[in-house]
Amino acid sequence: MDSIFGISGRDFVLLAADTSQARSIVVLKTDEDKIMKLDDHKLFAMAGENGDRTAFCEYIQKNLHLYYYRNDLKLSTRAAANYTRKELAEALRSDPYNVNLLLAGYDEEEGASLYFIDYLSSMSKVPFGAHGYAGFFLSGLLDRYWQKDMDREQVLALADRCINELRTRLLVAGNNFTIKIVDKDGIQVVKAASS
Amino acid sequence: MARYDRAITVFSPDGHLFQVEYALEAVNKGTTAIAIRGKDILVLGVERKSVAKLQDNRTVRKIAKLDDKITLAFAGLTADARVLINRARIEAQSYRLTVEDAPSVEHMAKYIAGIQQKYTQSGGVRPFGISTLIVGFDHNEPKLFSTDPSGTYAEWKALAVGRNSKQVKEFLETNYKAEAVESQDAAVKLAVKSLLEVVEASKNIEVAIVRNNQPLTFLKDEELEALVKTIEEEKEKEKQEAESNK
Repeated sequence: MDSIFGISGRDFVLLAADTSQARSIVVLKTDEDKIMKLDDHKLFAMAGENGDRTAFCEYIQKNLHLYYYRNDLKLSTRAAANYTRKELAEALRSDPYNVNLLLAGYDEEEGASLYFIDYLSSMSKVPFGAHGYAGFFLSGLLDRYWQKDMDREQVLALADRCINELRTRLLVAGNNFTIKIVDKDGIQVVKAASS
Repeated sequence: MARYDRAITVFSPDGHLFQVEYALEAVNKGTTAIAIRGKDILVLGVERKSVAKLQDNRTVRKIAKLDDKITLAFAGLTADARVLINRARIEAQSYRLTVEDAPSVEHMAKYIAGIQQKYTQSGGVRPFGISTLIVGFDHNEPKLFSTDPSGTYAEWKALAVGRNSKQVKEFLETNYKAEAVESQDAAVKLAVKSLLEVVEASKNIEVAIVRNNQPLTFLKDEELEALVKTIEEEKEKEKQEAESNK
């Protein structure tokens, strides 16, 4: 079960995802990168059924690029989130994607924003969020310790806290997590999947 | 329901596809576009059509980005170009989605040419009235391809399409040499020089430059004007030398 969570700070958003890929009792790989770059200022943390996860997110990524080439304009984070939600909603009652997502992005006007999108295509702009089993353990933790406008060190410390909690308490948690941050300067990989 | 299945493009008794030839005529009515392949640079130059007084002076872009590293310029019916460019952009993303790799310039040229050919062999449709110039770098090598209404595509070292293209092509055939386009500046100069053969003023020219692994850049107005001035001064000097040698 994938664990992903996101925390927003002042003018940036952090996304973290575990890096293990497992089938039943077998661990297939431990360096899977579940945070995909949508464009220079958007990140997708993806959780869910393996094929759907990558196929759906690559599909969204390519459509965002197509929009950019057609209109010479990058979509805002809000627009990208709504577009993603629309695609999930349209597929829901025929051929649903089993993916849960956290979309983090930075725009000039809005600043940094984080969107929580689940497999039933519900969507919400949130200050922090987590999907899957991680949500059970981290919702309370983030509620307690998140504050508005935290700076980078504080958010990284909070992320570490979350990861430790998962390592301690979640039976199926991966040991390794990948962490990426998006801000006005683009995307920064704090911890790569392969390390 | 009226029948839309009858072909419009059919062979003439002497083996011509007149609709395709008429489409080529339409291309030759469009404003000029040229492309030059240098050693490590590609230069696109287009004639800017003068806009009507009341029209927004925003440039009617005859140079379009198809993909991250592939650019297209065209001559002919702008609306037809819009449709083809859109299809090409979708194909580029579809290719990336399928093989997780950027499409090559040849692939895009082949694809666009394929569409243009289809429209010469389908019922109820007419050929696209545009010829395209497609440029980009494949494996760090600069490539220039062209397509035309018949659906043929070919690779070129330099090419002109549209109004007065014959004149520009002749100029290029005389003046294009490997040494002449060795440096990036020389290639840009040759492009502007060949356009100036058929376009009057620098304000009617737009030049785009494609360098390896770099985004598309447009030559700024000041740089272009300076270049045109240099070219015209050189032309004057050559003329004077020719006169004095007589």
